[in-house]
Parts: sequence; C-alpha cells; structure tokens
Amino acid sequence: MSTTTETIQKQIRENPILIYMKGTPQLPQCGFSAQTVQALMACGERFAFVNVLDNPDIRAELPKVANWPTFPQLWVEGELVGGCDIVVEMYQNGELEPLIKDAAARAQASDEQSDS
Amino acid sequence: MSIQASIEDKLQALEPTYLQVENESHMHNVPADSETHFKVTLVSPRFQGLMPVKRHQQIYAALAEELSGPVHALALHLYTPEEWQARGGGRPDSPHCRGGGGS
Repeated sequence: MSTTTETIQKQIRENPILIYMKGTPQLPQCGFSAQTVQALMACGERFAFVNVLDNPDIRAELPKVANWPTFPQLWVEGELVGGCDIVVEMYQNGELEPLIKDAAARAQASDEQSDS
Repeated sequence: MSIQASIEDKLQALEPTYLQVENESHMHNVPADSETHFKVTLVSPRFQGLMPVKRHQQIYAALAEELSGPVHALALHLYTPEEWQARGGGRPDSPHCRGGGGS
C-alpha cells in the first residue's frame, strides 16, 4: 500500500505526458480543465489523465507536491508545464505542440529500446 | 477587508507597474457576491527571465493564505513591461464554468 504522494510521484515518473484535471478529456467538468485538455488534444499525441474529482486524495495532496494550488496541471517528462493560462498561451504561440511532440517521440524511442 | 482588497494589497510585494484584480465569481456556480474566482493581470519587471511556472509560483507564494482558504480559482496573466507593451495591453478572457468542482 503506497501513500498518495508515492502514487503521484509514480504517475508523474511513468507518464511522459500527463494531465491532472477535473472531469475527463471527453467530459471536462471545469472550464479551465476543458480549455487545457483541448489544447493538449490538438497536439495529436497520446497522453494520460487523472480525474481529480474521482481521486480526492490526489486532489488534496498534489498541490503540496507540486507547489501549485489549482487544477488542471500539465506534466511533461516529470516537469510541471503549468495550468490553463500557461498551457493555452503556449498553444497559441506555437510552443506547446513541439514540446508535446518531442516528449511523445522520446517516449516511443525508449519503449522500442526496452522491447528489443 | 474584502478578499479582493487583500489580494491587491499583497500583490504590491511584486512591485507591479500594472495590476488588475477581477472578481469573476459571478461566472461560476456560487452564491451572489462570492469571492471565490479571481483573475489577476500583473505586469512587473521582476518576471524578466522567469519561465511561466516560476512567475505563477511567486504569486501563489504571496497569496498562499487566500488560496488555502476562500479562493477556489485564480487565473493569472503575468507579463514583463516589454511583453505587456508588445501585446498592446490586453489579457485573455476566462473560460465559462462547467459545473464541476464545488467546494
């Protein structure tokens, strides 16, 4: 049985593109989560998500782990990229897509290496 | 002091050249006259050379008390004076609520 903090650290470590959000990508339950996940989906890569409304422990604990008080939170390769304001602005100025594409390409390359 | 006034007061620590605090609570599923959802637009030379995450974390540190209590959402638009001038002094609109979250 792992603690919530360990669960969060494992999720961040094992998922190169990860969003903590309210609701799901198909049915976001917060306008900020909706905008953020929409920008992420527009980048066209697979990503993992955690619905913090279904996971109250993570919702309570992650802000302390991340030093970031609100949701959504986008994590790429173990680093916090930001919340809605940052992610949407990065999408609009063209910085988000290369970041996501590069992370997806590196994840795929390391998967292939470990398979062979 | 209202929460809005206390936010404005505490953010003076970042030496803003422009500061706008907007109460957007009326856009959300909360009682009238709530102080739960805010948008801050702040321009300061102290953001020079800082990545967006670091800028936001400075605000979160200054407003830790409000964020651990009454304030539920805080949209942040943070610029250096040069970036602000380049944008022509505009800040983006906030999205509409989708009903989730609650307390």
